[in-house]
Parts: sequence; structure tokens; C-alpha cells
Amino acid sequence: MPGFFSPFITKPDSVSQIMLKVLLALIPGIALYVWHFGPAILVSITLASLTALATEALMLRLRNRPIAPFLKDNSALLTGWLLALSIPPLAPWWLVVIGTAFAISVSKHLYGGLGNNPFNPAMIGYAVLIISFPVQMTQWLSPHGMGSVELGFIEQLNYIFLGVFPEGIKLDALTMATPLDTLKTQLHLDGQIREILDMPIYGRLAGHGSEMVAAGFLLGGLYLLATRIISWHIPVVYLGTLFAVAGLFHLLDPAHYVEPLFHWFSGAAMIGAFFILTDPITSPTTHKGKLIFAFGAGLLTYLIRAFGGFPDGMAFATLLMNICVPLIDAYTQPKVFGKKGQKS
Amino acid sequence: MRTLYPFHGGIHPASNKAQSNHKPIAQAALPSRLVIPLHQHVGNSAKPVVEIGQCVLKGQIIGAPEGHVSSAVHAPTSGVIAAIDMQPVAHPSGIPDLCITLIPDGNDEWIAREPCDDWKALAHTDLRHRLRAAGVVGLGGAAFPSDMKLYAHKHKIKTLVLNGAECEPYITCDDLLMRERAAEILQGAEIMCALLYAEEVLIGIEDNKPEAIAAMRAAVLDGKYERMEVVAVPTIYPGGGAKQLIRVLTGIEVAAGVRSTNLGVQCFNVGTAYSTWRAIRHGEPLISRIVTVTGNVGQPQNFEALLGTPVNELVAQAEQLPDTRGYIMGGPMMGIRLPSAQVGVIKATNCLIAMSDSLFPPALPALPCIRCTRCVDVCPAELQPQELFWFAQSKNLLKAQEYHLFDCIECGACSYVCPSNIPLVEYYRFAKSEIWAQETSKKAADAARERHEYREQRIEREKQEKAEKLAAKEKAALDAKAQKSASPPPTPLPPAGEGASVSDAPVDADPEDTMHLKIQAAIDHAKQQAAGSKPGNTEQLTPQQQAEIAEIDARRTRIRELALSSVNEHTKE
Amino acid sequence: MLSALLVMAAIAIALGAVLGFAAIKFHVEGNPLVEKIDAVLPQTQCGQCGFPGCKPYATAIAEGVADINLCPPGGEEGIHKLADLLGVDFKPFGGDTTPKPKAVAFIDENNCIGCTLCIQACPVDAIVGAAKQMHTIIAAECTGCELCVAPCPVDCIDMVKIAENISNWKWKYPVYALTPSK
Ligand code: SF4
Ligand code: SF4
Repeated sequence: MPGFFSPFITKPDSVSQIMLKVLLALIPGIALYVWHFGPAILVSITLASLTALATEALMLRLRNRPIAPFLKDNSALLTGWLLALSIPPLAPWWLVVIGTAFAISVSKHLYGGLGNNPFNPAMIGYAVLIISFPVQMTQWLSPHGMGSVELGFIEQLNYIFLGVFPEGIKLDALTMATPLDTLKTQLHLDGQIREILDMPIYGRLAGHGSEMVAAGFLLGGLYLLATRIISWHIPVVYLGTLFAVAGLFHLLDPAHYVEPLFHWFSGAAMIGAFFILTDPITSPTTHKGKLIFAFGAGLLTYLIRAFGGFPDGMAFATLLMNICVPLIDAYTQPKVFGKKGQKS
Repeated sequence: MRTLYPFHGGIHPASNKAQSNHKPIAQAALPSRLVIPLHQHVGNSAKPVVEIGQCVLKGQIIGAPEGHVSSAVHAPTSGVIAAIDMQPVAHPSGIPDLCITLIPDGNDEWIAREPCDDWKALAHTDLRHRLRAAGVVGLGGAAFPSDMKLYAHKHKIKTLVLNGAECEPYITCDDLLMRERAAEILQGAEIMCALLYAEEVLIGIEDNKPEAIAAMRAAVLDGKYERMEVVAVPTIYPGGGAKQLIRVLTGIEVAAGVRSTNLGVQCFNVGTAYSTWRAIRHGEPLISRIVTVTGNVGQPQNFEALLGTPVNELVAQAEQLPDTRGYIMGGPMMGIRLPSAQVGVIKATNCLIAMSDSLFPPALPALPCIRCTRCVDVCPAELQPQELFWFAQSKNLLKAQEYHLFDCIECGACSYVCPSNIPLVEYYRFAKSEIWAQETSKKAADAARERHEYREQRIEREKQEKAEKLAAKEKAALDAKAQKSASPPPTPLPPAGEGASVSDAPVDADPEDTMHLKIQAAIDHAKQQAAGSKPGNTEQLTPQQQAEIAEIDARRTRIRELALSSVNEHTKE
Repeated sequence: MLSALLVMAAIAIALGAVLGFAAIKFHVEGNPLVEKIDAVLPQTQCGQCGFPGCKPYATAIAEGVADINLCPPGGEEGIHKLADLLGVDFKPFGGDTTPKPKAVAFIDENNCIGCTLCIQACPVDAIVGAAKQMHTIIAAECTGCELCVAPCPVDCIDMVKIAENISNWKWKYPVYALTPSK
């Protein structure tokens, strides 16, 4: 019987509050997103949220679990948001729906629901989408003042839901490759870093606009650190590793390897460092384990970005490191009180 | 300034001590009856040494210690023994235990006491003996017989830690005791120090009790105790756990299953030091203690209450509020919810908290663990509570032990912080008691196996001995025959091998036959007996019972057949 | 293709030879599996499994002729352990075998005629007494097998359930509904 045995008091803290704070921390990044790329992202976030909640409820129903307490835990919402933020905002509606539904149903509930999923659901959703729909997944909106034409909100809605554009406008005119993508293609074409970075899509540190969004996520991440929702281990080591490896290559060959700050502020590095890798369910629990995990993820992200086939390595790095979590945990068990002098 | 060694983790729950610590200790009124459990301490239950209807005096032994680890129980006041029976006690199971019920006569008349003006003149064994006879046990909650802990080889123990930390919310009994009776605590500590040959006494008090710290410091100065020091330790739960306080004060970590004395430290509660002094100096056994009565009451306060005082009578004196729905004995982190309001105060009762829904809202539903590691951050034993939970939940007891389940001190810090509201400690308690039970039954099984094998061997041996005896007889008979027929004719003498088989055969057959005969005789005998005395109570059986009987009988016959067949096989081989 | 097949076949034969050799070379006398199974059984020696004692049942399990769910005193816990040991699936108790609460035999000393039949039946020598003397049971050694009940010619042996008390009480497995308690 609950409350019959000690302790009789608990800290007023709950999973749903934790998740809510994480959602709140995403808001600066989202606001900057809207500022630079228009409100389309809000549509996909809403779409992803609704799909996430509906799928969650359906799965709970099928698994015969109580629906209300789990729907209220906000974890499905967070998965939806993270996924929406990692796919192009102007993606057709079914892309968001398929990705979110897959993330929630297969990668979360088929593994036993909240707390039991070995992989980050949002990243699984992303990976499935980028493998199945590579074209739609690379049509990123160009930031304000960059594209040759820009769409109004209604026109964006029209495209997302109905797939129709105003007379005479083609999708190509609205979208362009991401900064990381462009870098990769240009390097392939024997471009030099200096020249490439002079292209108009690049801003001060990385992609024009997207660098600001990354900065927004950094801000939210600092809030999470300050409120102790996450510990410093993963973000610091992840960004540190990324910086160190990128810096090393940059020092060796500045013409072909872009400087480390560029890596920080492009792609999913920032949101990954603070919001995705730090997902407690799919990351190690020991301090040492977190360090190893973040180091591995940082290294893999760089290697995939610099040498792999995909422009951004964040998602795959996360998933690859997710696999290692049980192993990392098992091998990094710390010594307990009174047994530090002994060999385990 | 002394260097402190803070331990890992810990939590800061609302202390709720202010309600009860501003009033002096009050003498509780003599209750209408006293319910005194005989098992108030770690170790064997005391054995009742009084009879129903007997008149006892205050301080008279009513339960004698039994065995090595045990403690005496005394009559808290003079009166008549009304009952010796099973009564609800303060135990999480809610199972009743043997208690003595005493109806006070109101005279409060002491038995002859044996005070001692100069304890230094007494031998250490004598001092320990007096403590055992006075029923002094640890008053911090564990209730371990103190005489057992006050034994040390010379110069083995460096530090005696006196625990006045009192880290659990709501509890203020040690606080008040230290404020009001500091001198006597220190005198008791001096006795303990002498018994342990300790070099220093460190008195750890959490820094949220400035009055107690001041009172104890003044008493140390007054008494010119050079080897004693009052140390203010940071307020953090569970800083008052013995292991944690030892660590904070000395830097020594006592792992599970290790005796702190082997590491040169021993730890006692301040209340224990006080009762040690009362027992040695005044010859007063442990018959009362300070109890904080707080929670859902109008006048939270500390009472000096007789052991055995029913909880409801004591709480009533603090003006219990009407919406009380239960009582906690001990603190809200590690206490026990009482199965009944009539449970008597015991030696370990430091606090009684009246519960109401507003003070202790019902627990929220538990969600799955999200591996947020908040529990890891607060665990003072530096465990991985979420892993322990995982293993305990899946009943993977072996793994749980590998992850140091038994180092968990059940402080409840992990349950307190868990955002998923998982009753983590309950899982650990379950796993621990399951492991203990399995170990007990394993031991029992091993013992049974040994006894069974021994029995088989014995039967085998007896058989052989009989066979040998028979063989000897046979041989003697043969020899006699041989001697009779003077010189043996060469032809009838069988070859050696045959001879052996001839003489062997009866030896082999004979014991079997005698065995069978005996068995048969026994069976016949039993049958006769059974026929003579019909099983009683067979007239009015339900068909179901009859079916059961038939089934059992069938099983028994089958077993018997099987057993017999295997016996036969055995002998044929 | 052919060469690959040949290589594979050669490897298979070589490995098989090694295994076979190891089996002969490291052959262990006796059957350690029986010992291991026996170690898991509760040693009640009651025969409720249909075998005359725990060791015979262990042998039968090892030989594959008996199921793992026949030992009521071992309880479900015991079946779990056997399943783990043998690497087979857990099987609940079959229709007619059910676990029973632990009990000890108790001799009604007024009726005992001192026939020693129960002493001969007791597999663990837990009964003391001599011919024509009153017998009694050493409760601590009694495994609760009930084998002494049947031989008693005057039916003076009863099985007394061991009641739950403070010292043998166990913490229960916490069961929580996922809905708020009202
Ligand atoms: S605090 Fe609770 S939810 Fe968090 S890791 Fe520990 S057990 Fe799991
Ligand atoms: S109850 Fe045990 S596991 Fe939980 S915090 Fe306390 S010592 Fe650690």
C-alpha cells in the first residue's frame, strides 16, 4: 500500500515537471528559429506534438496501460518537439507524422514504454526519415533575406498540407542545402574553406540564421544546467571533444577542415549536446560513463561530418553511443561507501 | 577548527523541528496501563520472569535477557501484571508480539536500587554487567544492547563518537536532552570512554541546534573534560546515521558488514550516554525515555514517558487534532507506521508523529524509472539506487547483491528525490529479506541433506555390520563342522572361487531376509494397531476432504511402492 | 565454391574431433548436474514429487525423465531456480501439485505408544525416542515431509503450519497500481 512504509515524505518533483522544464528550455531556440526562418516550424511542432500524444495514447491503450499518468509525463511531447526541430520545417505533413508515430510506437513503446527504450526515440525517427525520404529531408528553408522568394504563412500551410505552391514558384527556389551540406559538397568540388565560408549562406560563425538558433539552444541548455535538470558531464565533454578533434584537423589542414566553432554552431551539435544526448533514459548513469559516452558521441559526430556520407553526424553518433550504454554502465560502476580502498 | 569530511549525497527536507523544540521536556502523566514488549532490542527476546497477577515494583526485572545478545526489560512503575500475551507492537509487519501488560497502582514505588558513587572503583566487567542488568540499549533507533558495544581491547579504539546530530525531520528529543541534561550525558560518555579505552570523544551535533551545541560546550568546559570536543556538523540528512557521522567527524568509512571498532571508532547516541549514567550512578534501569510528540497535534512537545505508555495516551497529552489518521514511530524518513494506537512506547521510540492528510499527503502513483540519477546524487552510501531498483524489481537478487544491496542503509533519500515516485527503499527491503530468507532455507536444506545422507550411510553401515556378524557366525559354524569331520576329503572341497560364492550367498541373502521379515513384522504390527485404532474424525467429511485423503493415500502408496522397488533394486545389485 | 565447401567441411571435422577428444579427455566421473540440481532442491525428502527423496528426483531431472515443476516444498521460487540452472523455461505447478505452506510434524505425546515406526520413516533423523518410550520431534530439524504421518499406527502425528511471526516475516514485493490512491 503506498504511503504505508517510510519514507513518508517526498520531494515535490515529478517526471512531468522535469520534461516541462526541458520543453521550456527549447523555447529560446524555437523563437530564434521562427525569427530567422519563418513560422513554418511552429506548424511542424504542433503537428508532431499532436501525433506524439495520439500515438502515445494509442500505444498505451494497446499495451493496456493507464493512459492519463503517462500522457501527463510530457515525455511524448518532448520527443515530438525534438524530432520536429530536426527535420526541415517545410516538410510535407506526412513526413512529420510518420516520423513521430514511428518514434513513439516502435522505438519507445515496443521496447516497453517510458524508461525502457534503449535508443533516443527522436533520433530513431530522424534516422528512419532520412534513410527513407532523403529528398524531403534535405529541403531546408533558406533564412530570411536569403532565398530568391519567400512564402507567407498561409502559403506555407498550403504547401505543408496540400503540397501546392502559389503560381510560378518552385520548391527549389525556397530551399537550399544546410551549411554543413554545402560545406561538404563544396569541399568535394575542391573548394577552399576560406572561399566557401564567404558564400552568403554563412554568417559569423556558421550558417547564417542557423548559428543563432544554435545559440538559442545553448542558452536553453545553460538554463537546464543551472536548474540541475542535467549535469555538466555530457554537454561539456561532447562539445569539448568536438572542439578538440575539429581543432586538431583544422590546425593540420586549415584549407580543408573548418574551424571548431563552426562545428559547434552548425547542425544539431548544440541541441544534441544539451537536449538529445542528455536524455537520461538513453545515456549512462555513472559519471565516468557519461564522460565516455559524450566523448564517443563527439568523436563520432566529427568523423561522420568530416568523412561520412551524411552531412550531420549527430543523430547517428547518438544512436551508436546509445547501443553502448548498458556496457558503459556495467563497466563504470563506482566504488561504494567504505569500499574505496578495495578492489572490486 | 577541526577538518570535517562531508559524505556524498544527502538531502535537505523541511526540518519541522521548530514546532517541538521551544518547550522544555515535560513529565508525561502516568498512563492507565503499560504495554511493554519483551523484544525491544536487537537480539533475543527477553524471557518473562513474572506471572499474571503478580505485584511488581518500579524498576523490577520483568523480562530477563536470554542468550548472548539480549537485554533486560523492567517494570516502569509499580503495579500489577495484568497480562502476558501477544499485542500489537511497533513493527512494519503489524504482527503482534509477546508483551507484558502492567496496570500501575499509582504509588510509583521503587525497588531497592544500587547506586554507585565512584564508578571508577568498579571493574569493567562489573560495569558492563550492570548495564546489561539495567537494560541499557542504543536509544538512537537501532536498540543494540550497549554492554555488547562497550567492549574493546586496550588501545584499539581511538575515537568515541557521540551522536547528537539528530538529522531526521520533526525529531527534537536529543536536542532537548542535550539542552537540559548536558552534564549527565557527558558523565555517561566518560564511563563509555573508559570502558573503550578511547582517546577522544567527539560529540557531533548538527548546526541547526545552536542551543544544544552551546549547552554541551558549556558542560564540557564545566566538567573540564579535556578529551571531549563538541563539533558542529553541517545539517544534512542522513548526517545522523552512525556511518555518516563517523565519516564526517573522522573521515573513516565503515562498510557494510565491518565493525567500526576494528577501524578504531565506536558510536553512541547521546541518549544512550545519559541512560548509561543513570544506570551506573543511580542504579536506575532504563524505564523511561524522552519522546518527541509532534505532527498533527496542538501542542507539540517532548515528554519523558515511561516505556510501555500507549501511544494514544501519550499523543493525547499533546492535544491530538481530530483529523489524525495514523502515527509514525520515529522520523518521517525511516520511521514505522504503527499498526495500532495502543502500541506501547519502546526503548527505540524517539518520536511519535500524528499523521494527517495535509502533513503527509498520500503517495503519488509511481512511474517507471527514467534513469535521471537524482537518487545516485543523494545516496550517502554511494550506491546506484536505480540499478538496485532494476534488479530488485526483476527479483534478480544475485545481481542486486553484486551491486552492493547490503550497503544500503535504508535512509530513504533516494525515494525522497525520485521524480517517478518509486518506493525504492521498499524494493530494497523486499530484496534484502528475500535474500535472508533464502539463505536460511538454504542452510536448512543443507543441514537436512547432511542428516539424510548420514542416515543413509548409517543404515548402510548397520546392514553391513549385520552381514559381517552373520558371516562370522556362518564361518564359525563351518569351522566347527570342518573340525568335526576331522580331515577333509579332497574331492568334495569346492574350488576357492566357488567356496567363496557359496559362503557369500547366504550372507547376502540372509540380512535381506531378516530385513524383509522385520519390515513385514513391523508393517503387520502397524496394521493391527491401525485396525485397532481407527482414525478419528472421519465420519463427517466433505467429499472434497475425502478426495484429498484419497489422493494423499494414493500418493503415499505410490511412494512406498517406489521406495520399496528402489530398495529391492538396490539389494539386487 | 567447391574449395570453400571443402574448407568448411574440413574445419567442421577438425572442430568435431577436438570436441570429441575433449569430451573423452575431460570426462567427469559421476554427474555434477545431479549434485547441482540436488543443491537447489529443498531437501525435504518428502517424496511429493513421486520420487523417494530429493536426490532421486534430482537424478530424474538430470536424466530428463522428470519435469521441473513437481516439487511443492520448493515453491515457485524453486522452479525458477531449476529453470535457470537447466536453461529451460519456467513452468508453473501442474494441476495436482501445489505449493504448501511450511509445516512441522507434531507428535501428540499422549497417544504415542513408542512403536518407533515414525523414527524409521523420518528421512532426516528428526524424531527422538526409543522403543516403548514416548517420541518427540526436533522441530528445528523437521523438514515437514509428512513421511512420518502415515506409518504412525495410532495417528498421533499432526502437521502444524509454521505461522508467520516477527522473526520469519518477510517484506512483501511492492505492488503499486498506476492510478492515484484514493
Ligand atoms: S530518482 Fe527515480 S527515476 Fe531517477 S534514476 Fe533514481 S529511481 Fe530512477
Ligand atoms: S535508501 Fe539506500 S539506496 Fe537509497 S539513498 Fe539511502 S542508502 Fe542509498
